[in-house]
Amino acid sequence: MALLLRFRAFLALIVLIVLFAFLSSSFLTWSNLITVVVQSSINGLLAIGMTLVIVSGGIDLSVGATAGLCGMIVGALIDVGVPIGALGVVVYPHAWAAVAIGVGAGACIGAVNGFVITRLKVAPFITTLGTLYIARGLALLSHNGSTFPFLNGVRAHGNVGLPWLGNGLLLGIPVPIWLLVVTTVVMSGIAGRTKFGRHVYAVGGNERAAALSGVRVSAVRARVYVISGALAALAGIVIAAQLDSAGADAGAGYELNAIAAAVLGGTSLMGGKGTISGSVIGALVIAVLVDGLLLLGISDFWQMIITGFVIIVAVAIDQVRLDTIKVPWLKGRRNVALS
Amino acid sequence: MSRILFRAEQVTKAFPGTLALDHVDFDAYAGSVNILVGENGAGKSTLMKILAGAERPTEGRLLLEGELVSFTTPSEAMARGIGIIYQELDLCPNMSVAENLFLGHEHTRNGCIDRKRQAQIARRIVTHLKHDIDPDCLVGDLRVSEQQIVAIAKALRHDIRVLIMDEPTSSLSSQEVRTLFELMGDLKARGVAIIYISHRLEELLEIGDHITVLRDGRVAAHAEMSEIDMPWILHQMLGETRVDVPHHGNAARVEPLLTVDDLSYPRTESGVSVDHVSFEVKSGEIVGLFGLMGAGRTELLECLMGLHPEACGKVTLAGETLDDRLGLDQRIARGMMLIPEDRQAAGIVQTMTLGENITLANLDRYQRMGWLPRNFGAEDVAAAIEKLAIKAGSPTQMITTLSGGNQQKAIIGKALLTRPRLLLMDEPGRGIDVKAKAEVFTIMNRVAAEGMGILFVSSEMKEIVALADRTLVMSRGRITAELTRGTYDETDLMLNAVGLRVAI
Repeated sequence: MALLLRFRAFLALIVLIVLFAFLSSSFLTWSNLITVVVQSSINGLLAIGMTLVIVSGGIDLSVGATAGLCGMIVGALIDVGVPIGALGVVVYPHAWAAVAIGVGAGACIGAVNGFVITRLKVAPFITTLGTLYIARGLALLSHNGSTFPFLNGVRAHGNVGLPWLGNGLLLGIPVPIWLLVVTTVVMSGIAGRTKFGRHVYAVGGNERAAALSGVRVSAVRARVYVISGALAALAGIVIAAQLDSAGADAGAGYELNAIAAAVLGGTSLMGGKGTISGSVIGALVIAVLVDGLLLLGISDFWQMIITGFVIIVAVAIDQVRLDTIKVPWLKGRRNVALS
Repeated sequence: MSRILFRAEQVTKAFPGTLALDHVDFDAYAGSVNILVGENGAGKSTLMKILAGAERPTEGRLLLEGELVSFTTPSEAMARGIGIIYQELDLCPNMSVAENLFLGHEHTRNGCIDRKRQAQIARRIVTHLKHDIDPDCLVGDLRVSEQQIVAIAKALRHDIRVLIMDEPTSSLSSQEVRTLFELMGDLKARGVAIIYISHRLEELLEIGDHITVLRDGRVAAHAEMSEIDMPWILHQMLGETRVDVPHHGNAARVEPLLTVDDLSYPRTESGVSVDHVSFEVKSGEIVGLFGLMGAGRTELLECLMGLHPEACGKVTLAGETLDDRLGLDQRIARGMMLIPEDRQAAGIVQTMTLGENITLANLDRYQRMGWLPRNFGAEDVAAAIEKLAIKAGSPTQMITTLSGGNQQKAIIGKALLTRPRLLLMDEPGRGIDVKAKAEVFTIMNRVAAEGMGILFVSSEMKEIVALADRTLVMSRGRITAELTRGTYDETDLMLNAVGLRVAI
């Protein structure tokens, strides 16, 4: 089942790559492919967190706003520093310390989501819709709606290095790709090979059965939002690093891209089903689509329309039950594949 | 004798593999309460569905006032004056009484719903039932008994001649039952043939006029209510058959494994509770828990498992007193495990494979430095599949592709993997076929022989009599009897389960 769904996203990816390779000579070049993967990395990071949340039976609409706010926090730390009033000095944290603080802030937003959802029993959709507004509002408030434009840091302040996260190379590969790959591997491991990960699937599949099996449902549900918030923050910081500036409106609407990637990758909005790798492939599909259409000179507007169609068609294919179609060689296998 | 209004002749219903009804004759007399009883699986609900048009008989025919009728949908039956009130009321709690009454048959004017007129008619119907329910009130805000009135009113909206009621009193308080019976008296006076299905035998003697007993898909007996008594009903329901499960035969150990002292769970809205209950279960002992619906059996198991932190009382497991606030996972770690009644809602995780379901409660044991090894638990899963004879192609098969009996065995496998000292089983034989049932009971005997204590709830008296070393009978939240194996039969069970109610 999981295999088949991942296969669907993978198939879509192959089809698109072949299609664009034929249509555009510049598509299948190393530099373009690298660009595509870099383009998908932000959405990929968000989709990984989103997948865990959706598999647990929830939804996290606050990731885009969290990304924006945490980008602003890191921007402020690098650009303005932390003035300590009594001493009349300004402390500039090291760039990596700023990143850690930013990711921590994202985790805190996630913890707030988790608390409201599990303790105050507010539906995930509503909770994270609320934190979406709050986080975006805080991001705008933090610098009166304007950006923190100097993220290079100052050597004298000892806080240089952040832009490397967005534009740097490691072994010839852009750092955002490394971040995506490492996060994918680690989170796949957590989802598939830890007690916590298995519990996430169980809670999303049947909460009551999970509870009776000794799963601490509330703790599991709360934790997925913490992870999602932390990954959203990381994505927001990468955005800021790529642009060399932190904008208050960065990441707006990205939560929907993340959901789209997860759904394309076979994650069921009903919970219980989905894989991290599937969602990352889903993010790649969207990035390839956007890049390919751009190379073909098709306008942004059409890109959106086509992306919408691809999402619906890909998921609709899943709804067409193969056993209603008479395919002799599928006989006997379809139960295993589909149920 | 009153005339026969609705008649089923030689009705047979075959499902793949089973014959639910085997040439059944059933008559419903006008202006009387026609009782239909039988054990679970005797065919009551199938017959009821056929009468109401929800199922079509494989063979046989239905006669309404001597005229041959055939329904393909419940609304066709409704159009001919045959209404049904299901145990689970089919009302929309988010809509008003009037809206529910006219759902699907709204009175309209110029394309808009004529609320005034609907409220008017609704008020008239409800008043007619001698009840003062505001038609604008939300159904969800009403008490269960009032909802039942609304359901009846909905059936009465049509010119009703036959009213089928499926376990209408199962969630009512005794006061509410009174009200319902009065209403039924009015309907009788209007010549309606009421077909009444209930497990509560003491009620039947009170309100019934005619009784038909079903057993294994056949009519076991039919009689006038005035000529018979409770033992007769029980005898006809149960027959002479016995569940054929060899008993484990081991003597239970002396030391109590579980001691429950004065456990209480406050009355809930649905009127079920656990009322100052004390008992014990020994190692190697199978203890049955019998009672009617709403007697508090499930709630008792849930209290033991820690699902109701507001319950109070002293629970001691293997010498350790369990704190009220002890969570479920901690109770599992201390050797307690619950196998729930509703397999689909609380037993299996539908999105997972057989193997994943079996290992779910046991992940702690497979962890190595925080990670689960590749193919963790594969040996345990294979052992469980073999030991419990779970019929499955492979452990990676989705659990939903298994039959009910095999799903149940998988849940038992999951429970056994946690190495419990005490197994709590809620209706372990429900909804699975006879062969799987026998296998599940054999497993219970085996693990008890190995020293595990089992406390199991069952509504099927034969199961209790065949399996239990000792049986506790519950009624209205209290334990009303403790019966030792070999000294009682099904009649004793039933009399004790209803005993308190007869006294009221």
